[in-house]
Amino acid sequence: MNGSGEKTYTTINLGPTHPATHGVFQNILKLDGEEIISAEQTIGYIHRAFEKIAEHRPYYQITTLTDRMNYCSAPINNLGYLMAVEKLLGIKTPKRVDYMRIILMELARITDHLICNSVIGVDSGALTGFVYVFQERELVYEIYEEVSGARLTTNMGRIGGFERDFTPAAISKIRLFLSRLPKVLKEFEKLLMRNRIFMDRTIGVGGISAERALNYGFTGPNLRAAGVDFDVRAMNPYSSYDDFDFEIPLGTQGDTYDRFCVRQEEVWQSLKLVRNALDNLPEGNFFADVPQYYLPKKEDVYSKMEALIWHFKIVMGEIEVPKGEIYHSVEGANGELGFYIVSEGGRMPYRLHFRRPCFIYYQALPEMITGGVLSDAILTMSSMNVIAGELDG
Amino acid sequence: MTDQPLTDLLRNRFAAGILVVENTSDMTTVTVSKEIIHDVIMYLHESPETGFGFLTTLCGIHYPDQPLPFGVIYHLHNMEKNIRIRVKTFLPADNLHIPTVTDLFSGANWMERETYDFYGILFDGHPNLIRILNVEYLDYFPMRKEYPLEDPTREDKDNRFFGR
Repeated sequence: MNGSGEKTYTTINLGPTHPATHGVFQNILKLDGEEIISAEQTIGYIHRAFEKIAEHRPYYQITTLTDRMNYCSAPINNLGYLMAVEKLLGIKTPKRVDYMRIILMELARITDHLICNSVIGVDSGALTGFVYVFQERELVYEIYEEVSGARLTTNMGRIGGFERDFTPAAISKIRLFLSRLPKVLKEFEKLLMRNRIFMDRTIGVGGISAERALNYGFTGPNLRAAGVDFDVRAMNPYSSYDDFDFEIPLGTQGDTYDRFCVRQEEVWQSLKLVRNALDNLPEGNFFADVPQYYLPKKEDVYSKMEALIWHFKIVMGEIEVPKGEIYHSVEGANGELGFYIVSEGGRMPYRLHFRRPCFIYYQALPEMITGGVLSDAILTMSSMNVIAGELDG
Repeated sequence: MTDQPLTDLLRNRFAAGILVVENTSDMTTVTVSKEIIHDVIMYLHESPETGFGFLTTLCGIHYPDQPLPFGVIYHLHNMEKNIRIRVKTFLPADNLHIPTVTDLFSGANWMERETYDFYGILFDGHPNLIRILNVEYLDYFPMRKEYPLEDPTREDKDNRFFGR
């Protein structure tokens, strides 16, 4: 109220560099006291034109771009993209490759969900859990390091398989992680899941109905929290996911608490998947027999004529990808991560469109936070797990 | 992979508006004329026979050498039956207007803004058709094929220092 008795509203900027947004994007909120009257998002602060760059790069160099979309779970992005290319080329990968991919993708999903859930804790005032699970996330990053040589932007995999097999060290690191995480996860759940303060802060906050969520194009844990059992791993199994049994946890309200619980249960399911895949890891090659697309090993390039020729042909761009178009999607940590490739021949895609789940569901934020209070909006935002890299593409 | 009953349904209903039914390896692809694109999407979305309740993606494409150079591509998903369909429509360079589908899918809002931002395709009836990822004062549409990867208007980069 001002002196005239007329009602006034406050407009505040949440972001682009506010610590609570966990990424570079802006929300312009119109507030009546603490209540949100309207919200508008501005995005694009870290837009890097990946779709344009991809049109100028050979297929095997695009994994460095997909890394940088959802950088909390880079292997899913890399391997999903490679699977799309393999689908375009009609390459069938050996079972060992599929299982190795499942292990890495599920580890990535675990880290992504751990970050998201522990950040919900942070935003509701519980920092301890966040720091605690980050120790375990570090173990996964060591696994990535062992498998690909990099930690965050892993550039993992090659067209047709992997650049190298799992080393014994990698396998023992995965086993170490599998043995350590359950205990930590249980403690983390004890901290938050039945915590009165946490439940009061999250139940009924930022809910969305299943119908609205579908209309907005929600996928992944956010959609499943609203009660829709859509999971690409189960619906369109890729990479031999159909060899495994796993459950798809569902929520009912679509609120912050349900999103938290769905993610938490998915971590358990992912652990089970990793364990099963590792126990049943088939013998065999870690790459498909496609010398015209699979970059040969460096030591072979130096010592074997044939490998040298293929290496030269791939790198110098003498190998063309046939014409065609393909849509392939994988279950990313945030939802259906799709790759739409149009090839007009040549070594570079004619058009590569990324279906970035964040970009699509983040537009529902105003609807989800309007009418609530500012502090709840922060929780809603962090529980949606908006990753700026994926948002801006 | 073409879904024969589905394409028959579309052909019966829209007859000449369905220009091409392609046999792509992953899903049915139909190209429809721009005049009926909204009707086709609405029919696919709302009719119980089709039931494509989910808009997976919407994106643009540019073929500079074609008579109709600009394309808009929709991927729809019927989650109950797990069927996907790809719908394409092409526009002439001098008339980039196409009806919006935001009235059917709230999620199309940003996808259409992104397509406008990259290709300059104008979605009639869109509630807020402004740039989304690029800066608002950008005066061209960067994903069009005539624009090279690096911005030719930049003056702060000296090619000599980049080996060119």
